[in-house]
Amino acid sequence: MLFTAGTGLLAVLLASVPLIFDPDVVQKLTTLLILVLLAAMWNALAGYGGLLSVGQQAFIGIGAYGTVFFADLGVTPYLAMLLATVVAGAISLPISLFALRLRSAQFAIGMWVIAEVISILVRLDQNLGAGTGISLIQLNQYAPNFRQAYTFWLALAFAIVFMAALFFLLRSPLGTSLQAIRDDEDAARSLGVRVAARKRLLFVLAGFGCGAAGVLIVANTLFIEPGSVFSVQWSAYMIFMVLVGGLGTFEGPILGAILLFAILQTTVSQGGPWYLVGLGATAALFALLLPRGLWGTIEERLGLRLLPVGYRVVEEKSAEPT
Amino acid sequence: MTVVNAVLQGVFLGAFYAVLACGLSIMFGVMRIINLAHGDLAVLGAYITLVIVDRLGVSPFIAFLIALPVMIALGYVLHLTVLERSLKSGILTPLLATFGLSIVIQNLLLITFSPDVHSLGRSAGTLTTASWQVTSGLSVSALGILVLVVAVLVFGALQVFLSRTRLGWTMRATAEDADAAELVGIDSRGTYAWATALAVAIAALGGLFLGIRSVFDPVSGPTQLIFAFEAVVIGGMGSLRGTLVGGIALGVAQTLGAQVNPEFAVISGHLLFLVVLIARFGGGRMVLRVAR
Repeated sequence: MLFTAGTGLLAVLLASVPLIFDPDVVQKLTTLLILVLLAAMWNALAGYGGLLSVGQQAFIGIGAYGTVFFADLGVTPYLAMLLATVVAGAISLPISLFALRLRSAQFAIGMWVIAEVISILVRLDQNLGAGTGISLIQLNQYAPNFRQAYTFWLALAFAIVFMAALFFLLRSPLGTSLQAIRDDEDAARSLGVRVAARKRLLFVLAGFGCGAAGVLIVANTLFIEPGSVFSVQWSAYMIFMVLVGGLGTFEGPILGAILLFAILQTTVSQGGPWYLVGLGATAALFALLLPRGLWGTIEERLGLRLLPVGYRVVEEKSAEPT
Repeated sequence: MTVVNAVLQGVFLGAFYAVLACGLSIMFGVMRIINLAHGDLAVLGAYITLVIVDRLGVSPFIAFLIALPVMIALGYVLHLTVLERSLKSGILTPLLATFGLSIVIQNLLLITFSPDVHSLGRSAGTLTTASWQVTSGLSVSALGILVLVVAVLVFGALQVFLSRTRLGWTMRATAEDADAAELVGIDSRGTYAWATALAVAIAALGGLFLGIRSVFDPVSGPTQLIFAFEAVVIGGMGSLRGTLVGGIALGVAQTLGAQVNPEFAVISGHLLFLVVLIARFGGGRMVLRVAR
């Protein structure tokens, strides 16, 4: 109850942000929400499904370019954004049919190649601006501060919907089997967990979520080009946020997103590649030395847990058999 | 005739991909890991060669021989510092750690050498431009022949190394079962480190060919990694001979795709890779799963 009230209060506070702050602050906070959403989705894949994807930028790109595509057809921009999210999620299903047959490195690089293929297809399409990029001009019909507020609210709504979806998924009986897969895939399989079906669920959720993030990226920046929206840099960001925050913990990726956001605010303006060196080195060091990340380590040391997604032995009544 | 020429050029291009892929294949074969920084190590090799060419004014081939011990040492240390630890903690950790390493190498190169595009082609002399016109539509370049010959020599030498030498035996034994190899007195740690050193050295050879064939910049690595991985998968993971065939298949797919439209070159290679993946891992079982 305390948790529900706390989350509700936080949501109301965040929703009032555009009423109080300047549009450029709102734009930055939209970026933060996009990072939170991306981190949560990548964590859903890698942390709970054991699926390390280096190609989630495929769905980011589909979401972003889908928005422009539908808007160019004359659909109201914000409706185009919802349609593009649905398209990105829908495309993830046929991709999952074959991608989920692959293991570890094959899956990681297989997804990367799929993202590259989609990126090349976009570059070949003159109507989508080919290699030079395209603007979402239809959003100019709204006054800048209203546009920024709408986009922020959409980002907040997406973040809440997808985090809630993941949260309730983890809390449901399905979630127990997902956490079992996270802890030991072979053991889970031997106990009768339908590993492939569970992974598909996570993969499609992440497809929708990353598509939504792509939609928000184009709504927030108004301009996209295949070189940046399909960039493997997104995967680098996701890996950094999740590894530093805590792979396989619910709260960790949020912490990682806030950290990355803070880093981007302070150093990107100076434009030095040194921060990327630090980013890569930190991700590698966390993978090697602190695999549970900051949040996982805090949880372990202090027994602290903000969101009730795990099951503990003492809470026998709430644990449901699968 | 243009198709025959395209296939021939594809074989030359594919020999280059095979050299790039060779180290990746060795590391997967011996340690069951994929090094996501492999492409960046190849590009790093090209940069080190470039620096030696600039400083000493020697040909890139001499410079490469000077760079070789550096790359071997780098590979050896890479295993002891990063890979060894990652091997112990699950299947995802080596991927995560080497992905982080890849970002580090790219941006260190960016800081050291600026984002400018470089090439080793000019300093390689007439080799890059010499070619024989066999018939009107069919030409054979000296560089293409050289890369093909070197690729075949490298793969042949590796075959001999693995089947005839002591270190080769220990590598095969460790690949088969590291614990059992330890029991009969093989130092699996050292064997892994030598395998990594060998892989990085051959990656640098790939980097040399990349630099002579075309151009490179600090962020060329990921593309080279993708091509190398595609060659490994097309040829069958864990098979060294397969990697040579896979590289050539990838090269031919790209040049044939370019025959249709120059912009289709890379994508037709990707499609061949995805088709091979589907054929090998999807197929009948995939259909059954949908029906259920």
